Amino acid sequence: MEHTINVNLKIWRQRSPKDKGAFVNYRVENVSTGSSFLEMLDMLNQQLVEKGEEPVVFDNDCREGICGMCSLYINGHPHGPVQGITTCQLHMRKFKNEDTITIEPWRSAAFPVIRDLMVNRNAFDQIQQAGGYVSFNCGGAQDANNLPISKEIADMAMDSATCIGCGACVAACKNGSAMLFVSAKVSQFALLPQGQVERKRRAKAMVKKMDELGFGNCTNTGACEAECPKNISISNIARLNREFIRAKWND
Amino acid sequence: MWLTNSSIGRKYVMAITGACLVLFVTFHVLMNAVCIFWPVAYNVICEFLGANWYALVASCGLAVLFILHILYASALTIQNRRARGHERYAVDHRPKQVEWSSKNMYILGIVILAFLVVHIIQFWAKMQWAEIIGNYYVDDYTGLPVPPAAGTWMIQIAFSQVWTPIVYIIGFIALWFHMNHGFWSMFQTAGWNNQVWLKRLKCIGCWWTTVVIALFVAQAIVFTVQAHKQTYLTCPELLEQYKNMYMESHDAGFAAPAAATQGLFDK
Repeated sequence: MEHTINVNLKIWRQRSPKDKGAFVNYRVENVSTGSSFLEMLDMLNQQLVEKGEEPVVFDNDCREGICGMCSLYINGHPHGPVQGITTCQLHMRKFKNEDTITIEPWRSAAFPVIRDLMVNRNAFDQIQQAGGYVSFNCGGAQDANNLPISKEIADMAMDSATCIGCGACVAACKNGSAMLFVSAKVSQFALLPQGQVERKRRAKAMVKKMDELGFGNCTNTGACEAECPKNISISNIARLNREFIRAKWND
Repeated sequence: MWLTNSSIGRKYVMAITGACLVLFVTFHVLMNAVCIFWPVAYNVICEFLGANWYALVASCGLAVLFILHILYASALTIQNRRARGHERYAVDHRPKQVEWSSKNMYILGIVILAFLVVHIIQFWAKMQWAEIIGNYYVDDYTGLPVPPAAGTWMIQIAFSQVWTPIVYIIGFIALWFHMNHGFWSMFQTAGWNNQVWLKRLKCIGCWWTTVVIALFVAQAIVFTVQAHKQTYLTCPELLEQYKNMYMESHDAGFAAPAAATQGLFDK
C-alpha cells in the first residue's frame, strides 16, 4: 500500500573543493513511499528553491541504474542500505516515518568533493584511458564459432563488464582502494580473445595509474563487493593480482 | 622495483611474508605440543635449535620476515589512511559480509607485536640469545643460572607468574583474528583463482587457525598448571637433563656453578 512518510535529512553541504563542509538538517514531509530516493531529494530541492536557498548538488543521470552517475553515501552505505542497487533504484519504502537519514558524499582522497554531494570521479576516466580499451582494429564481427568462447568465460566477462564505474567500491573501502573497479575493467578484456594482445601492458598500465592517482592498497576486506550495485565479485581482484604479478615476473 | 612501488607488489610482499609466518607459527605450535607430553624431548628440541648455525640462519630469516611484514604493514596503513582523505564518514556501517578482523588487521598486529615482545623477553632472550652472548639468565627462585636449552625451566619461570597466561591468551585471541583473515587474504593477493576456491580457502583458513590457536591455548593452560605444581623443577628426568646440561656447558668453559647446582638436584 502506498502511503507517505516524513523524513529528517542530515546532508553534507560544501560550497567548493577548498571550503570547509558541514552537515545541515532538513525536513521533507509527505514523501510517497513509492518515490525513489532521488525524487525525494528533488522534493527537498524544490522546497529550497521556493524558499530562495541554494539547492543541494548531487550527481544523477539515467535514474535506472545503468549510467553510474548517482553516488551518495546514505546511512553508512554507498548507494544506501539496500545491497545490489544504485541510489536511483533505492525507494523511500525502505525508510520509516520520521527516520533521520544521513547523506554524505563519497569520501576518498582521489575523489575530491566538487560541491555538496558531488565528487570528482575523473580519476576513473584516467585509469580507463591508461589501458581500459582495445587499441587495434578487431575487424567486422566474425562468423559464430570461428572464435570459440565458452559460455562460462563469456558469462564471467559479461559479469565483469557490468561495472558502471560509479565508485561505490572506493567509497566503501576503508583504504580508498579502486581495486574492484580496475579489476573488473582488466578482467573483462583478460577473459576474452580480443583482450589478449595488450593483456600484460593493460594490467601494468592501469595499476600504475591507479597507484599514481592516490587510491589505497587493497586489504581484502570485501566491503567493495558487498556494496557494489552491480555485485562485481572480488574474484576479479584475484584475477587482477594474478595478471599483474604474472606480467611483472615476465618482465 | 614493483615490490615496493606498486600497490599489488606491496601486498604481494605482505602475502608471501604472511604465508611464511603462518608456517612458522604452525611449526612453533607443533614443537610446543611436544612439551605437553614429553618435556624431556622438548628440551632436546630446544638444544637442537640453540646457537647452531642452522638455527641462527633460520632465526635471522624469521627476523627479516617479521620486520618486512611489520614495515610493509605500517607503510600500507599510512598510505591507506591518506587515500581515505581527511574527512571521515559521520555514519559508517560494516556490511555483514565484511569480517571485523579484516578492517582491524593493523591493530591486531600491534597487539600481537606487544605479545611478541613479552614472549621474546621471556624465552628467546634467555635461550638462544643467552647462548650467543654466553651470559646465562639467573633464576630468582632457585638462584641458579638456567641453561639456555632448558626450555621447561624457562616455562616454569614464565608460567609461575600469574599474569603470563592472561597476556598469552590475549595474544592468542588477537592472533586468531589476524590469521583467520590473513590466511585466505594471502591467497587472494597472490592471485589464486577463487571463483570456486574462495569459500574453501576461508574454511581451510578457519580450521587451520582454530587448531593452531586451540593448541596454543591448551599449552598455556597445561604450562600454567604444571608450573604452579613445580613439575618442571621436581621431575627427576628433567633434573637429570638439567644436570647434564650443566656438565656439558661446564666442559665448554662456561662458569656453571656445579657445586651450587648439586644442592638443588640432590633434594
